[in-house]
Amino acid sequence: MDRSKIRNFCIIAHIDHGKSTLADRIIESTGLLTSREMQAQVLDNMDLERERGITIKSQAVRTVYKAKDGEEYIFNLIDTPGHVDFNYEVSRSLAACDGAILVVDAAQGIEAQTLANVYLALDHDLDVFPVINKIDLPSAEPDRVANEIEDVIGIEAQDAPRISAKVGIGIEEVLEAIVEKIPAPKGDPDAPLKALIFDSIYDSYKGVIVFCRLMDGRVSRGTPIKMMATGAVCEVVEVGTFGAGQFIPCDELSAGMVGYLTASIKNVRDTAVGDTVTNAENPCKEALPGYKKVQSMVFCGVYPADGAKYPDLRDALEKLQLNDASLNYEPETSVALGFGFRCGFLGLLHLEVVQERLEREYNLDLVTTAPSVVYKVHKTDGTVIDLTNPTNLPDPSEIEYMEEPVVSAEIMVTKDFVGPIMELCQERRGRYISMEYMEETRALLKYELPLNEIIYDFFDALKSRSRGYASFDYDMKGYEKSDLVKLDILINHEEVDALSFIVHAASAYERGRKMCEKLKEEIPRHLFEIPIQAAIGSKIIARETVKAVRKDVLAKCYGGDITRKKKLLEKQKEGKKRMRQIGNVEIPQKAFMSVLKLDET
Amino acid sequence: MKHSEKTGLYVHIPFCLRKCAYCDFLSFPADADTHKNYVNALCKQIDATDDPRPVASVYIGGGTPSVIGPEWIDKILCKLKDRFDISGDAEITIEVNPGTVGPEHFKIYREAGINRLSIGLQSANEDELKLLGRIHTYADFLKTFHGARDAGFDNISVDLMTALPGQDASELMHSLSCVCDLYPEHVSAYSLILEEGTPFYERYADPGTDADILPDEETERQLYYLTRDYLADRGYVHYEISNFAKPGYESRHNSSYWTGQDYLGFGLGAASLNRGVRYRMTRDLAVYLADPDHREEITVLSERDAMSECMFLGLRMMRGVSERDFYDMFGTELTDIYGEEIDRLIAQGLLDKADGKLFLTEKGTDFGNYVFSRFV
Repeated sequence: MDRSKIRNFCIIAHIDHGKSTLADRIIESTGLLTSREMQAQVLDNMDLERERGITIKSQAVRTVYKAKDGEEYIFNLIDTPGHVDFNYEVSRSLAACDGAILVVDAAQGIEAQTLANVYLALDHDLDVFPVINKIDLPSAEPDRVANEIEDVIGIEAQDAPRISAKVGIGIEEVLEAIVEKIPAPKGDPDAPLKALIFDSIYDSYKGVIVFCRLMDGRVSRGTPIKMMATGAVCEVVEVGTFGAGQFIPCDELSAGMVGYLTASIKNVRDTAVGDTVTNAENPCKEALPGYKKVQSMVFCGVYPADGAKYPDLRDALEKLQLNDASLNYEPETSVALGFGFRCGFLGLLHLEVVQERLEREYNLDLVTTAPSVVYKVHKTDGTVIDLTNPTNLPDPSEIEYMEEPVVSAEIMVTKDFVGPIMELCQERRGRYISMEYMEETRALLKYELPLNEIIYDFFDALKSRSRGYASFDYDMKGYEKSDLVKLDILINHEEVDALSFIVHAASAYERGRKMCEKLKEEIPRHLFEIPIQAAIGSKIIARETVKAVRKDVLAKCYGGDITRKKKLLEKQKEGKKRMRQIGNVEIPQKAFMSVLKLDET
Repeated sequence: MKHSEKTGLYVHIPFCLRKCAYCDFLSFPADADTHKNYVNALCKQIDATDDPRPVASVYIGGGTPSVIGPEWIDKILCKLKDRFDISGDAEITIEVNPGTVGPEHFKIYREAGINRLSIGLQSANEDELKLLGRIHTYADFLKTFHGARDAGFDNISVDLMTALPGQDASELMHSLSCVCDLYPEHVSAYSLILEEGTPFYERYADPGTDADILPDEETERQLYYLTRDYLADRGYVHYEISNFAKPGYESRHNSSYWTGQDYLGFGLGAASLNRGVRYRMTRDLAVYLADPDHREEITVLSERDAMSECMFLGLRMMRGVSERDFYDMFGTELTDIYGEEIDRLIAQGLLDKADGKLFLTEKGTDFGNYVFSRFV
């Protein structure tokens, strides 16, 4: 394999700037697939990804391009997720590349994720060249955007290909630029094996399929390998490269190549993203830098709506985890919801994706509790616990103080909306750090925000208060001491553990009140009056009442009505089945998610 | 599971002079030719039916059966008598509406063997009659009622509606006292139900319409209690959620629906329960005229279905469901099947048990659907 003819690259962009469309065009133009085989977005092969228009798991594809110089080049296009929840996966994908194409929307210009991704790419020493996309839009201003790229990011952009991936303008130019501007991989095929794992998936026949980029050395069938961080040792069964949507076995992978290997590995946890694969008998001296153990940022309780489905839920989680090493779960029991699992996620989007996959692919009806971040509880006895479930909060008398996770956030917003966005950040307990004008009309705001203030609906609020003109990115900063309390909800005087949540003391009253109002809407009237109360410890801070129903009876039921009336009664009973019985009160499942909707704007 | 030894017959006449504003029954105006063709189809359906069991009751309902010529009613009854073993003491009822009947009708009805009348009054207040879209006045009703008595009808039921838009206790009281002063043998009093597809539904069902002039739940219950207590004072026994009768005058035909007796339905959309199978005739007039035995929605009841019906229909009767009857019917103890639900409902104060019978409490009557739904 001639390394000088390999180009390993990725495409980085702000969401919706056209990354997936450009990837499709590249794959299409390089002729590996006929147009007929093309689906709208070849790389996004999960249904869910296509529907949401986002890329969840990074993947790779290998294509062959015959350049104008008459040579054939191998393109390894490594797709990266665009969402901040998957930042770590993005960084590992970048580490597998030698260069990156930066796609910028000709109408919208640079956005927060553009910046975040470019900086990430530059951090990994990638050569980045820009492409200005969507020039077919009436509002396109490619010249302005080119200047903006030069001014803000400081990379040459005057000769950036100006393209429309959607209608297929300028694709050839991009392909040539890949050949010219992305460097060929370096590395020594005769050195000990050193390969970076940037993704892995589970296949029921082959076991775990490891996606890797070889930095040094070579690997083929029978090579004994070792994962340097997890310590797992095994023997390679198959190596190969990525066709579009398929795996193509080959004899050997060597330095500079991107491909996959299988080794009868049963658990994706053994093949952590970011880990280094080496030869077990001839290991490299040190692992590649940057490996991090994936940490869950957001937790919530996941329960089967029908308690009898608990084993099904467990099986489904096990299977999902085979493919998604960032999903954590452990059994927990709730008085209100019965047996379920406390699951850990990278972020709220990850949570939603997992929840949807459980419901859709495994046909489960779920009740999920309010998401919580991980709090550090410093106890009076000197110990510290990581609190992922509000119910487990120790008695206040045992708590010295609590800490909550804080993120550094960057928000890019047009001038007109700076005020409303700053206001939003203040409301969310943000700490102002700085504001710089990128150009006359756009500012970059920096704030530190508690994670628990942004996991619910911060994105939505941001969008609505800026009419869609703000973009947002964040990084974990660390833990800070905070005045936090546990808010309990009592329904008909019974505490409902699944509804408890941790909240900052200053907003407890407001949240309690809204929670009661929301639950009042969600809980159907019963034969008796139902008080709904919010409490901190034994102190009630808010109350609402669901009035009793006064009548529920059919005046008439004669011969001709019986079948129809019976259906009505069956429907009524069916409706009750989907409720959770707490004491005497039947609570609909969606009530447990109502805490999520408290700040609707 | 045992099937009925007797049956009831139901004949549907789907015609009326004009649709009332609240009515979602299968009924519509039609011309005399249609009446004739319809009766012929009915007779064909009757001819095609064979059931040797004695008939304990016949009920001619609608629509307004009195809008078709009384001779057609006579023809239908003659046909039924030909085909079925109608007991000598069978209850034979026809529904009539004021403004559509006169002495000639009553005379022919009597001669045809009809021994019970159900008169649709709905209200004694003129403004309420107008609101409901009725075609008659209270005076029309009086004429009809006295005419029926004069013709010899000694078993008359009067229909009333409660919880009408804007109705208060004094207006309902007026209707109740007017009716009781005539001493009918039977009174049906139905709380208004807004049915989809009716003008009333458009007018009152949704927020933003005139929904706020409908009595609220609390008022509706007060009007219901008022009706029940007033009629009790006047000697009427509350025997079903919406039905009241002088002792011995409970509607036998309607009671058969609630006690799980078999009944055979004739005519457009008419429903039957026949040896454990429920079905109804087509609701499409053209289809019916062409094929008067066109059955739809045929459902074979499992034993469990039959048990559940036995409960949710039987509990509509104030006397309730007898444990012994249940055992005789199914060969299983009631408590073996529904013991847990029953205990819970008793604990909630919705059901009570005495003398081997399980029945709705006063509170249970207010929440009938909740109770019934526990048995389906």
